[in-house]
Amino acid sequence: MRDVVYLAWRYLAYNRFKTAILVASITLIFYLPIGLQVLVSQSADRLTARASATPLLVGTKGSPLELVLNSLYFESETPELMTYSEIERVARDGLADPIPLHARFRVRGFPIVGTTLDYFQFRDLRVAQGEQMAILGECVLGHVAARELGVTPGSSVTSSPETAFDLAGVYPLRMRVAGVLEPSDSPDDRAVFVDLKTAWVIEGRGHGHQNLSGPEANSAVLSQDEKNVVGNASVVEYQEITPTNAASFHFHGDRSTYPLTAVIAVPRDEKAGVILRGYYESETESAQIVRPDFVMEELLETVLAVQRYVVAAFVVVGFSTLATSFLVFVLSLRLRRREIETMIKIGGSRKRVAALMATEIALVVLFSLVLGAFLTALTAWFGAEAIRAFLVS
Amino acid sequence: MIRIEALEFSYDSREFRLAVDELTIESGERVAVIGASGSGKTTLLHLIAGIVLPERGRITTNGIDVSALSEPARRDFRIVNAGLVFQEFELLEYLNVLDNILLPYRINSSLRLNRDVRKRAVELARSVGIGDRLSRCARQLSQGEKQRAAVCRALLPCPSLLMADEPTGNLDPANKARVLDILLEYAEASGATLLTVTHDHELVSKFPRVIDCKEFHFSSSASGSGGSELEREGP
Repeated sequence: MRDVVYLAWRYLAYNRFKTAILVASITLIFYLPIGLQVLVSQSADRLTARASATPLLVGTKGSPLELVLNSLYFESETPELMTYSEIERVARDGLADPIPLHARFRVRGFPIVGTTLDYFQFRDLRVAQGEQMAILGECVLGHVAARELGVTPGSSVTSSPETAFDLAGVYPLRMRVAGVLEPSDSPDDRAVFVDLKTAWVIEGRGHGHQNLSGPEANSAVLSQDEKNVVGNASVVEYQEITPTNAASFHFHGDRSTYPLTAVIAVPRDEKAGVILRGYYESETESAQIVRPDFVMEELLETVLAVQRYVVAAFVVVGFSTLATSFLVFVLSLRLRRREIETMIKIGGSRKRVAALMATEIALVVLFSLVLGAFLTALTAWFGAEAIRAFLVS
Repeated sequence: MIRIEALEFSYDSREFRLAVDELTIESGERVAVIGASGSGKTTLLHLIAGIVLPERGRITTNGIDVSALSEPARRDFRIVNAGLVFQEFELLEYLNVLDNILLPYRINSSLRLNRDVRKRAVELARSVGIGDRLSRCARQLSQGEKQRAAVCRALLPCPSLLMADEPTGNLDPANKARVLDILLEYAEASGATLLTVTHDHELVSKFPRVIDCKEFHFSSSASGSGGSELEREGP
């Protein structure tokens, strides 16, 4: 048997180009349906797990999927903004604990998530390095975001402007990194968490600037009365919150009108959740409440339906590839007829010659299986993250 | 000793027929088989080697009735007792020279490949001047080197019967002489019987005995003959 395997191996190694094509073709026959199955199954598990861990989401009426994807994975388009007053509606009668979310801005592609400390408790996120954010202008980063941005506690990150020509007041804000979170194998690993107020500062609802009441600011004051001071464009607006300028930061307008992208509602119990959902049933209601697990299930049903078609297509392609591979083997036998005749003439046993041909096929199939298994393992390790990114983008 | 009695053979698809009433080749004889194209020289070798079977008659080699053996037994007989050399060398292009020489040991379990055999293969290759080509692929060899590698493959199992089918047909004069000398030296040294089919009358002179196949060829209604034989003194 060793001699047969050796000869088969020599043949395959000599014809390495043909062998590589055959191995690649047969690998795809195995890998495509199985890999797809693994990919979809794992992605479904991960997406569903995150959704199941989030009981209810409140947002402005619109696409439930967009709301869920933005609030859970921080990846989708920003849903239409809602007001902070929604917090009080969610919390009324003590039906649920509200956790506000403001996920609109980014730091070099990593989402800035404005929220409260309740979020960290809710998601069981712990600080691995440094400390929890404590004052305005501080942030804590998921471990992937910290690694990719190359920051550690004590360094700083700057929010990216929404557009290059954004003149509406969304200025970049430099934020001090207070801590880095432990890995959670979730989208939180890629997030830059800030206090809700810090998010509002980036939004332009709050700001800090040079004191206009002092004599050194006289040249910057256009007009002044008892309540208001109007400054000109020379007034210095702070783009970083530091201990020395923190006191100058203030907010304008009614806080209840400040923007949120969503509110996570954690109902007291199942019944409270049902009652809360009932509040949002009205057709005239401008807000919506969704169960993220239902929304993700709908998405996954669509994905699974597509998967069935894709698998069916793979099976057809697989049969076709298998038939082609068989043809290649048959043609190869024809081309090798003289070689086979030579072996028979010099006294090669029919069994060994047949075993040689069969071993070549077996080795090609074996290599394909090993490669297919390796690719499936790679898919299991990295595919779910890739498909998640694909689904939410 | 090879003994053929009342042999008749034909191919289904051709009108060709071969008939040999009686032919005896003693052990250790060196015989050139000549004849025109299609006269049955190669067929005669194939019959003696048991590659094809006669319709009638008997072929006995070293006391074994080859024509009565089953196909697997005839293959075993060939791999152990008969070394075959072909005009087109018939080396396997995906094997290097050493693996080509060792091929008989890998395709039939009647021969056991071990360290001694490998050592012998290397020595054999050195003795015919291709010792430095062992790791090369067959296609990287010259024609003469290819045929010497093919001869080594035939000689490695130390066959008692060596059959070469126009072994010098594709070689230049220098290589012709060299390959033929290797075959003759082996036959001389081992006492093996050597049958060489050739068209080359220059080479025929090196064989003590020549068998002309033209008399073996006959029509279906005619009777067979013992062939036309020319006995010679040694070269």
